[in-house]
Amino acid sequence: MKRLGSGGRIRRDRPITLSFDGQRLPAFEGDSLGSALLASGISLVGRSFKYHRPRGIYAAGVEEPNAMVHLRRGPRHEPNVRATSVEAFDGLSATSQNAWPGRRFDIGAINSLLSPVLSAGFYYKTFIGPFKNSTRFWMLCERAIRKAAGMGRASYEADPDSYEKRHAVCDVLVIGGGAAGLSAALAAGRAGADVILVEQEALLGGAILSEPAGGAADDWLEAITAELAELGNVRILARTTAIGAYDGGTYALIERVSDHLPKPEDHQVRQRYWQVQAKRAVLASGAFERPMVFGGNDKPGVMLAGAIRTYLNRYAVLTGERVVVFTNNNSAYEVAAEMAGAGAHVTLVDLRADVVPEVTGRATSAGVTLLLGHVVLEARGWGRVTSAVIAPAATRNAESAQKTLPCDLIATSAGWSPAVHLWSQLCGKPAFDEQAGCFVPASDPGHAMQAAGLVMAAGSVDDIVRQGFNRGAEAAREAGADAPAGLMPAPFEAGAFWQNGYDPTWAVVDARGKSRGKAFVDLQHDVKLSDIDQAHLEGYVSVEHLKRYTTLGMATDQGKLANLNALSRMAALARKPVPEVGTTTFRPPFTPVTIGALVGHEHGRHFRPTRLSPIHQWHVEQGARMTEAGAWMRPWYFPERNESLAGAYIREAAHVRAHVGMVDVSTLGKIAVQGPDAAEFLNRIYVNGWKTLQIGRLRYGIMLREDGFVLDDGATARLGEHDYFMTTTTANAAKVLAKAEYLLQTAWRDLRVHVTSVTDQWAAIALAGPKARDVLARVADVDVSAEALPPNHLTMVRIGEVEMRVHRMSYSGELAYELFIPAGFGRHVWESLHEAGQEHGLRPYGTEAMGALRIEKGHVAGAEIEGRTTLKDLSLEGFASSKKAFVGSVLRNRPVLADPHRPVLVGLEIEGKVGAKPGSLLFSSAAEPKGHGEGWVSSTTYSPALGKYIALALLQDGAARMGEVIKVVSFVDDLSLRAKVVSHHFYDPEGIRQNA
Amino acid sequence: MIRITCPVCGTRAETEFTYGGDATVSRPGEEETSMQPWLDYVFNRDNPRGWHREYWHHVQGCRQWVILERNTLNHEVGACTLARDAVEAEE
Repeated sequence: MKRLGSGGRIRRDRPITLSFDGQRLPAFEGDSLGSALLASGISLVGRSFKYHRPRGIYAAGVEEPNAMVHLRRGPRHEPNVRATSVEAFDGLSATSQNAWPGRRFDIGAINSLLSPVLSAGFYYKTFIGPFKNSTRFWMLCERAIRKAAGMGRASYEADPDSYEKRHAVCDVLVIGGGAAGLSAALAAGRAGADVILVEQEALLGGAILSEPAGGAADDWLEAITAELAELGNVRILARTTAIGAYDGGTYALIERVSDHLPKPEDHQVRQRYWQVQAKRAVLASGAFERPMVFGGNDKPGVMLAGAIRTYLNRYAVLTGERVVVFTNNNSAYEVAAEMAGAGAHVTLVDLRADVVPEVTGRATSAGVTLLLGHVVLEARGWGRVTSAVIAPAATRNAESAQKTLPCDLIATSAGWSPAVHLWSQLCGKPAFDEQAGCFVPASDPGHAMQAAGLVMAAGSVDDIVRQGFNRGAEAAREAGADAPAGLMPAPFEAGAFWQNGYDPTWAVVDARGKSRGKAFVDLQHDVKLSDIDQAHLEGYVSVEHLKRYTTLGMATDQGKLANLNALSRMAALARKPVPEVGTTTFRPPFTPVTIGALVGHEHGRHFRPTRLSPIHQWHVEQGARMTEAGAWMRPWYFPERNESLAGAYIREAAHVRAHVGMVDVSTLGKIAVQGPDAAEFLNRIYVNGWKTLQIGRLRYGIMLREDGFVLDDGATARLGEHDYFMTTTTANAAKVLAKAEYLLQTAWRDLRVHVTSVTDQWAAIALAGPKARDVLARVADVDVSAEALPPNHLTMVRIGEVEMRVHRMSYSGELAYELFIPAGFGRHVWESLHEAGQEHGLRPYGTEAMGALRIEKGHVAGAEIEGRTTLKDLSLEGFASSKKAFVGSVLRNRPVLADPHRPVLVGLEIEGKVGAKPGSLLFSSAAEPKGHGEGWVSSTTYSPALGKYIALALLQDGAARMGEVIKVVSFVDDLSLRAKVVSHHFYDPEGIRQNA
Repeated sequence: MIRITCPVCGTRAETEFTYGGDATVSRPGEEETSMQPWLDYVFNRDNPRGWHREYWHHVQGCRQWVILERNTLNHEVGACTLARDAVEAEE
């Protein structure tokens, strides 16, 4: 192997240095990591997945199965990178994978000796028995196996780069920048369509780049790209892969903005995800070459013939000097001739006995030795191929007929498989082209995506250009652009590239159907021909089962070189035609995608939007610990002097009951319900009645789901004749509004009501405690005495310059007020109130203390209203009106919900110094704690008022079990407590304090 | 990514909408006290193969409920109308 002194498309004026496994290697700009390794004579690049066999570079593009490397060091380190897809840059560092201590000597190779045990589906059959306690032993082994399993190792360091997402809209998306794609973009562009052309390589040209440089193909390429650049309506995205085709004309592209640089330039992203909306698409994705399969076909030095041609003509690398070319079709003859022309000694082994002289002449005139009607039985060698065992196809089993040819390179070509992936993702199963022996996109002019070129098994440059041009013009026309596309560009001369004269034989086996030594079909997952045979023997008839059982096609290359061979083997064994076996389902992404590109900037704090109360900053400045409540940030507790959570909330709650506290409840859902039929609407949606609610009054309400379970609770105030102000819980605000809109726009269209979210328009503060009235009176401009503002009344109040509403409503069970302030003044009013309240000892409290207070009162909240409880379960049956229909009124009386043994709401007084965990299961004290128990704990807290831990719980037959001592068990926490069943109204059951 | 042409806002991505269930069922009237019509409305659904009408809620747009025709087999979408208009047409 060596770099040739001239030729290729590399930048010899820009030499670079890179390193592989610590070895410094010279290269040029324009090299891939793969071509750089080959130019330096490196054959062995890694070890295979299962058997740890030595492996070398096999292909020249994204279909590479073997040369998987660790790329870069430090936080930008990436595993499982195909060396053949990496644009080499100065300073690039890569290491081999899956080998320890090194790729040349790897202890993992011991797996090769275990290969009889490691055959297809071995993990379904091993590690079971055969003795008692064997499973335990195997599980110990599993730990070691896990360490050895897998391919590359990922970095644990944070990614220092940023990624972004962009949207684009176009008329025609052309996928692939080779001859067909360029022709399509040209036609569509000339027709006036808005075109996006995507090409996964840095350079346009596709297969043209594998032609000798400076020829007719290059002239053609230059002319077309020049014209495309002149057209203002064709956007070309290079280094961009179309990874998925989705419904509605949606396509996903990944642009590798900075992968070819040591690091992104100032403020540039590393990669960009494009979501493209295209009216039409033209798929011009080309084809992948298929390998011949024979014994030892995975050794370093066995490569795809087309790849060898690419290394020669694009990278000026001669990959071997004594070459055996093994083929079943005409395309390999060009490779043989060109390699001979570059100075290699070439023998071409063609399993076909008859080949036309025009084709053979191309090779023989270049000095290639021809062996027609012969096969390669086996490749020999260890770290690199050293010889090929060849025999006549007809007499291959006779030892005497076999001869061993020394060689350092075996080029195989078994035909070409169109890259139908994106077409198939969108349009379904591909069709089988009998003549070409491969799958192609099925013909259907109705599809928004059409295909052109090699992906349609086009066998000549003329066909490729013609198809591309016509599909491009049609796509433009259908997208509404019908300026003339003009004349199709003339085709160019190219070497033979298509599989003319193709013979469908690709596997070299003896009379018993066995290969000579291990013959690999899926190189990356180490799946052999014999594994496919074994799967068939064991009765796996579906190609999807074959895939999962053998893991063929499931590696990072997704079987690009293996799938067609495998399913045609399956077809032969099952004696079915290939199309009847069919392909497995194609799914995005077409090539591996880094998660960062899919995430864009939506991670960390930007994972989802954050909603903040207008008073948020004040809490933060006071040192409050904040908590997430859905998308909201809420103050959890206000620690003083290094208090823990428990210390803080117990102090805060006790302070509210003894003096006065204030809590920010701005996150409450608030809905304006307005219109002449507003009261009727409330009557239909709540279980209780609303027709009698007067202006200036408010009422607690509960609403059910259509299926009769409790949905939400809140208080609704009447502000005016047709003007109501509804509050909901923070969590259910959106759900309740959506439900209201749904009913008002469908079943209740007759009601003249508008509902509007005003959650963000109002800040809200709850002021609670025996001193609450004193504090309020200090700042309010109106009379807020008990007579002037009784419970469940509201009034307008001015504090300083700000007008607000004050609702007398209590969640804590203390004398309390809820202040609704225009959001912009929220913080200002909070601060005014806070200052005015200092003389009465006003302190802020957070959601934890708020929870402790409401649990002491026995108020239900989200933990009780969790979708499985009814009014009856929660002892709120009395709320429901019997005089009117409301949402859920009929289904709440379903027989199953009338079961007298349903768990009902109770209180628990916990014995001891440890609180119960929410979700703990309840058992009678005599029962063994097993199974689902007789109920569960919903909410739990330490009660400062009672001086003990308490909980709200749902307990079977709870009403009849008052005073009983039960077990409270958390299996997850391995905790078992005892508790006394009591009424859930722990504190001030008469409501004396809140009605003061 | 299906694209829904909202009658008010024009063609928008499906991510602006929330799916709202089967639009071929009608809610019993408030005066209906029998259990079965409510059980049918809440729990029983056909599972059609092919064209279907379903509710979507344009939550990030006009907040109107719309009825969309969608083919459950190939995800093609058809006409999109306001729920309030469609219900009116039936009456």
